[in-house]
Amino acid sequence: MKFAPFSYLRATDAAEAVRLFAEAREAAGGARFIAGGQSLLPALAFRLDQPATLIDIGPIASLRGVTLDGGRLRIGALTTHAMIERDPLIARHAPILAHAATFVAHAAIRNRGTIGGSICNADPAAEMPAVAVALGARLHLLGPKGARVVEADGFFRGYYETLRAEDELLTHIEVPIAAPAARWAFGELARRRGDYALAGVAVCWAAAPRIVWFGVGDGPRRDGAAEAALATGATAAEIAHVALAGIEVASDHATDAATRAQIARVVLRRALVQAGLAA
Amino acid sequence: MRVSLIVNGEAVTADVEPRQHLADFLRQTLGLTGTHVGCEHGVCGACTVRLNGVIVRACLTLAVQAEGARVETIEGVSATGEIAALQEAFHRRNALQCGFCTPGMLLTAAEWIALGGGPDRAAIRDWLSGNYCRCTGYQAIVDAVAEVAGTARGGAP
Repeated sequence: MKFAPFSYLRATDAAEAVRLFAEAREAAGGARFIAGGQSLLPALAFRLDQPATLIDIGPIASLRGVTLDGGRLRIGALTTHAMIERDPLIARHAPILAHAATFVAHAAIRNRGTIGGSICNADPAAEMPAVAVALGARLHLLGPKGARVVEADGFFRGYYETLRAEDELLTHIEVPIAAPAARWAFGELARRRGDYALAGVAVCWAAAPRIVWFGVGDGPRRDGAAEAALATGATAAEIAHVALAGIEVASDHATDAATRAQIARVVLRRALVQAGLAA
Repeated sequence: MRVSLIVNGEAVTADVEPRQHLADFLRQTLGLTGTHVGCEHGVCGACTVRLNGVIVRACLTLAVQAEGARVETIEGVSATGEIAALQEAFHRRNALQCGFCTPGMLLTAAEWIALGGGPDRAAIRDWLSGNYCRCTGYQAIVDAVAEVAGTARGGAP
């Protein structure tokens, strides 16, 4: 399927990208930022989206790469999943992110797809949004009215919907570095490696545990009942049993809600046991 | 829109529509038809090429996004002999199935070996999962990749 025609503009820095967006958004069809394009271009191919203008932020070097900044990791929005898999700072300070990145699509897509794009796209089955919530990440947005910072926990509003306004650019993600005692678990089940997960879970335990589902409902969702059970020393089977309370589990043509919930409980139980977080 | 890039070692400059993806550019403008167009939405991997040294989906990359980049196609890596061992193993083991996926399979397998991936069959299947098309099995393809990966690591094939 071919993309419908669009205009293409290249930004050389974040401020220029925001300015170009403000100019281009008035045209019918509006504008979109494009980073790696690994979700946007399929949407254009299916004509699910038909913007008049694409503003390419790919060339903005300052938005790419990982640094340590005042005891926090600063991950540029254009950092690819492949870079995250192999970055020594991520391996040391946020190992769950490196592990989860290996589950994102396929190698050729991880070489181009970006963490910022994944977070802004907010596919409910994507790994990066859930891990960002589990890690307590903060998202740095730049818009025409200036910069603001929002917590990843609360940023994801529903299917492909976030607190980001369409004229705001996610510039970087700030992640607290893992304390030596911090522990984590991660699990997902997909029909084929690299497919979107039927259900998956990211768990980080620094001061208090966070258990975040993906592929289960309309976005990354924390599981308060399961977090409380984990914090009080319940077994993995007990935690899985109380999990999903108050979380609306999605149904689709291939996997109904009851099946998905069962898969989710098994994924959680196995992940907790494998990581040694619960017996 | 004007785009300049290096394709298989040669500098190329052309005028392209912004909406043209890299696979169509390589096939239609440059006549490099070894890059196959299958699903055109990133699922089948038949359009795999190298962009600045790493594999990407050419159908999910705009030609204009390749401005200033180095692109290598199956024609380029065949001509340099870089993937000769993989091609020989694919040929000898008849690791082709219908053959449509083969250029993408070879480039994907070459990256596995370049990254130091070993002959473990399950790991190779995970790695190649982005190139599954409409055939099934992939047994001989995994055999061929495992053989070359094992040899590259200095082990017995």
